[in-house]
Amino acid sequence: MPEPLLSVRDLEVSFATDEGVVQAVDGVSFDIGQGEILAVVGESGSGKSVSAMTLMGLTRSPNARFSGSAMYKGEDLISASDERLQDVRGAEIAMIFQDPMSSLNPVQKIGAQIVEQIQAHEALPDAQARERVVELLERVGIPRARERIDSYPFEFSGGMRQRVMIALALSCDPNVLIADEPTTALDVTIQAQILQRIRSLRDETGAAVILVTHDLGVVADIADRVAVMYAGRIVEQGSLDDIFYDPQHPYTWGLLGSITRVDKPRPARLPAIAGLPPSLADRPEGCHFRPRCPHEFAKCTEVPPLEARVEGGQHLDRCWLTVEQKRSDREVLPGEIGLRSKEGAPA
Amino acid sequence: MARFIVRRIGQMLLVLFAVSALTFLIFNVIPGGDPAVRMAGRHPDPGQLARIRAEWGFNDPVYVQYLKTMQKTFTGDLSSYTTNVDVVDELRKRAPRTFALAIGAAIIWMLAATAIGLYTAARAGRFADRSITILALVGISMPVFWVGALMNYYLGFKWGIFPNGGYVPFADDPWEWFYHLIMPWTALSILFIGVYSRVLRSNILDTINEDYVRTARAKGLSERRVMYRHVLRNSLIPIVTLWGLDFGAVLGGGTILTETVFDIQGVGQYAAESIGQLDVPPVLAITLFGSFFIVLLNTVVDILYAAIDPRIRLQ
Amino acid sequence: MSSQPEPDGKLLEVEHLKLHFPIRDGIIFDRQVASVHAVDDVTFDLIEGETLGLVGESGCGKTTLSRALMRLLEPTDGTVRFRGKDVTHAGHKQLEPVRRDMQMVFQDPYASLNPRKRISQIIGLPLRLHGAPRDSIENRVRELLEKVGLHPEHLNRYPHEFSGGQRQRIGVARALALEPRLIVLDEPVSALDVSVQAQIINLLDDLQDEFKLTYLFVAHDLSVVRHVSDRIAVMYLGKLMEVSPAEELYTKPIHPYTGALLAAIPIPDPRENRRRERIVVGGEPPNPINPPSGCVFHPRCPRATDICRTVEPPLARYPSGHLAACHHPMNVTEDEIRAAERDETSPHGCGDELPKDSLETVSLPGSAGAS
Repeated sequence: MPEPLLSVRDLEVSFATDEGVVQAVDGVSFDIGQGEILAVVGESGSGKSVSAMTLMGLTRSPNARFSGSAMYKGEDLISASDERLQDVRGAEIAMIFQDPMSSLNPVQKIGAQIVEQIQAHEALPDAQARERVVELLERVGIPRARERIDSYPFEFSGGMRQRVMIALALSCDPNVLIADEPTTALDVTIQAQILQRIRSLRDETGAAVILVTHDLGVVADIADRVAVMYAGRIVEQGSLDDIFYDPQHPYTWGLLGSITRVDKPRPARLPAIAGLPPSLADRPEGCHFRPRCPHEFAKCTEVPPLEARVEGGQHLDRCWLTVEQKRSDREVLPGEIGLRSKEGAPA
Repeated sequence: MARFIVRRIGQMLLVLFAVSALTFLIFNVIPGGDPAVRMAGRHPDPGQLARIRAEWGFNDPVYVQYLKTMQKTFTGDLSSYTTNVDVVDELRKRAPRTFALAIGAAIIWMLAATAIGLYTAARAGRFADRSITILALVGISMPVFWVGALMNYYLGFKWGIFPNGGYVPFADDPWEWFYHLIMPWTALSILFIGVYSRVLRSNILDTINEDYVRTARAKGLSERRVMYRHVLRNSLIPIVTLWGLDFGAVLGGGTILTETVFDIQGVGQYAAESIGQLDVPPVLAITLFGSFFIVLLNTVVDILYAAIDPRIRLQ
Repeated sequence: MSSQPEPDGKLLEVEHLKLHFPIRDGIIFDRQVASVHAVDDVTFDLIEGETLGLVGESGCGKTTLSRALMRLLEPTDGTVRFRGKDVTHAGHKQLEPVRRDMQMVFQDPYASLNPRKRISQIIGLPLRLHGAPRDSIENRVRELLEKVGLHPEHLNRYPHEFSGGQRQRIGVARALALEPRLIVLDEPVSALDVSVQAQIINLLDDLQDEFKLTYLFVAHDLSVVRHVSDRIAVMYLGKLMEVSPAEELYTKPIHPYTGALLAAIPIPDPRENRRRERIVVGGEPPNPINPPSGCVFHPRCPRATDICRTVEPPLARYPSGHLAACHHPMNVTEDEIRAAERDETSPHGCGDELPKDSLETVSLPGSAGAS
């Protein structure tokens, strides 16, 4: 792998709340190189969005605590000052959010919203900034961009607004693009268009993309590498093929197994992971997945480190089972890998 | 737009008709409202009464009386039953005083409430926020006549910091005009400052959690710009509406107490005096004056609202 | 509740149903200047005990249609019959007994439960409204909680104490309270995490077997409905595009729109995903105020020809019982085309012309059913 563009080490984020301290992110480490698409996968509450937003300082607040580092071009983003982060946001690292309906200011013209970002980072006269916005809108596939630059967000459909968000994110040629569930709120045919657009923009600009998603279909479609998160920790990390064809963590098996596939005969019963993810304020000791895992054994009360257990060294996981046990224990359902259901687990 | 204005003018005429007709009717049926009796002075003899009734047309059916009165109002020769003063002239003389009071107060309460709303929202939940919240509640609960009377007594009469009521026209002496209005402006504003700062504070706290504010931060804008361009601007939209409506309401009768307490001799005080004497012509004219501004400001607010929030379409 | 089966097993019959939302404007008197064609001449039946999946993208009218069936909205035209009884324009009183038999589960488990009511009150409400004796209610609620996999101790908790999946179980328990015969499921798992989605789908499956329920399962994509449906109807811009036995829709989509929907779903299998030929349909659904002439899908359809722009295709019935409204169907043989008949459920305004050819039978977007 080339020199990483962004290198996150032991990132921890916790929030003080009425219910106690919530450890949202617990020791997350990953690297991402230029032109790479890293998918961070997990369910709600897994810490995937908090991790991504923390890189831009968007989770900073008086009741938040951070530790660890995120090195970007020799500079740590976690300890950087608010002023320094302002310069990084939008210019070096840009973000696309989940809900395009609410992520644009409803009473500001879309062109003005993009110009605002450009002028926050570059001393560019209005006319030139507008010209660049027209180019950007054309590039993300908005027809009649020159007319529509003066439209308001409510005059666009969801898919078109997400294109505006992408144009906004690209307006200062960022090196890292963070996309937080960029297609979750969109219809499938529009989702396919947007994913295609993100992929081709990555090819053109060479930006690194961190894609936060819960949808393994989207991951299979677009990612180069994958990190699977559960209850604040990365439980498995590897290349796309590692995760899909040789998954090491039982949670990953469960995720893969519970997806409905349209290209295979349907199983009589949809495999589900029993139980619910733990509350972040009160997580089980040791491996957090333990209470839902059918393969739990004595050692699981100790926290398994995230390390390479499979030969090769790039595929990391947090599970005490041996590689041989994993390969024989994970259930191979028709065309897919799954997790057997746990005896006596809560429904 | 043209269609919207035509529609609104139609509605305005309808409201003015309804308000004036109702006012006229009410004064015709209340006990002791017979204007002839009042005009004749003490112990009138029946002949005198009959003459007055015939002369002023009080024997006509109510709708004829109403129409005649309305006609006089718009031709400008409506005169008071008690003082014989021309009502329209009187209104013309007094209106600038009421405007001065209302406009000044509206500016003061908007600016003060914006500042307080911003300040308390930024410190939500902390000591400063809590103490200002209590102050705002006190402000909302204090009646104008009481605050006005206290100010008049202490600041005006006892300590002599401000003049003890009265009004000086702007053209005569701008400084004295301003100096005389400080207390009335403050008294009239207090309630609104309390209400507006609370509403703005909660709007800001809602807006700050909006996704587009997060987007604004992610764009790398300064915290100042995020606050003013995105949070404050969007939080003010509903307030501007409220402001227009309240301003209309203040012009249309909300200054009665303030004017009376500080002896400003504006339209409000005129209304209070005329009602006290059951003097129908001025009451009718003032009611029309007031409702005209309320309806006008309503329309202005709708146009303004559509201008600042493009999602609203006028129709 | 009398429960003799209807002779032909039809629980719900929908005929040429239209629901248009008027758009009004005017200077003094408003008059109708246009209308949103939310549901535009839709005909189908629901057979007792089956699950019909109703699929379409946002704005296709699926939610309006389900609300019209529940009679939460009054149809503009056409008829809705429930157990043989015409309820199209039934008033409040006439609907009361029908409402018992039709229940609904909503998409957002966070918004559809009153946050200030305890679970026992939420689930017990329909029972109380329909006059169940007070002392029997609590037992019934306990029983229902157990049925949906919650503990009876949860009885006195408030909705915010539950996760999304648990709330959806509560929504299901509420719907079951009156022993309905039909449950309309409006995107019941869309707001849930994948691992929880599977739990809820399995639960719905079990409950259907146990209580002989009939489901109308509304969803925005084809992946979820597959596991629950016996038949699937695909809607676009207020019209039915295709109605098919569930499995056949995935192996043999006939309408190009269905093909596009299938192709758009990414497969969680990177190698398979790279191999399959993806046809990404461009554009977005048009405005339902002014729907396109002819076949409503033609502006986005890669197979559209002149006839598609002018003549609305009828629903053609293919030998396997599969219906599709398309002039240039995919995945059908010459024999099947010859055997196709115009189905009587076709909309009123459509042409009589049945497809003559299938263009080429090669492109098979999204379906890797053969492998």
